[in-house]
Amino acid sequence: MSTNDWPLWEIFIRGAHGLSHRHVGSLHAPDAEMAIKNARDVYTRRKEGVSIWAIESSAIAASSPEDKGSLYDPADDKVYRHPTFFDIPDEVGAM
Amino acid sequence: MGDNSLVLGHRVSEWCGVAPVLEEDIALANTALDLIGQTQLWLGLAAECEDRGRDADALAFRRDVWEFRNLLLVEQPNRDFGHTMMRQFLFDAWHSLVLAALKSSDNSAIAAIAEKSLKEVTYHMERSSDTVIALGDGTVESHKRMQAGLDRLWPYVGEMFQTDEHDLIDVAVLRPAFDELINDVLRTATLSIPTDNFTHKGGKTGARHTEHLGHMIATMQFLPRAYPDAKW
Repeated sequence: MSTNDWPLWEIFIRGAHGLSHRHVGSLHAPDAEMAIKNARDVYTRRKEGVSIWAIESSAIAASSPEDKGSLYDPADDKVYRHPTFFDIPDEVGAM
Repeated sequence: MGDNSLVLGHRVSEWCGVAPVLEEDIALANTALDLIGQTQLWLGLAAECEDRGRDADALAFRRDVWEFRNLLLVEQPNRDFGHTMMRQFLFDAWHSLVLAALKSSDNSAIAAIAEKSLKEVTYHMERSSDTVIALGDGTVESHKRMQAGLDRLWPYVGEMFQTDEHDLIDVAVLRPAFDELINDVLRTATLSIPTDNFTHKGGKTGARHTEHLGHMIATMQFLPRAYPDAKW
């Protein structure tokens, strides 16, 4: 038996209620149910999470690194898109 | 209870670093750690009740083989991965039923350990059942190995349900629930339960362990015996 026979899964864990799921890594598993069980053992053994998502890596559409010029460079000179020009009163707290 | 979790915990830990795939390696190490954690609780309580100045470590590392009271099933060597998972499955099924019964023990210390352990064991049972089904109903080779594991381990099942005067509960009454639990999984796994009900016994009484336990204990106890009271 080898992991080459098993598809790769991307694992997302929600660290606490109210937070969003974050990508924590990937692992091999024969099916979705085992992917969640493996994720439980590999990624939550130190109380890291309250919820697990597993998504087969092949189902993820990814942008291509060669396209980074056209995808991201145009945002370089558009600082006005960052809401950094507002004064936030202290009493508002963390945003 | 403590000797069962100690011996099986050590056996399962023998897979650490050499399991067939990384994910199983980590899962088995987690199971081993759960069992060793339970051992600390059970043997800690035993030492306290005994009140002869021994602690859990002394009970684990300074008793010789004939003083162990574990089931013969858990001292069986790992052999292949399929055999290991079949042993785990048969033990988990028994373990979960016994812990569920001990949860309502009049002794609050016992009830507390049972309740904590049952959460871990419920997961062990889910995982070992899934693996038994996946491999039993898998390839020709995996099916053959799972059936061989079941055939080889079946003679050790009967001992789990022999009640003696030291038992906290009547384990014999749990047999029908056990049969129901394993029949479901084994049927789905396309495995056949052996019809011969010959039973090896002598593990839980300590009268006759198999030859495997002494070797395992020699390895497990080497360090504390070679360096008594070592600290690190």
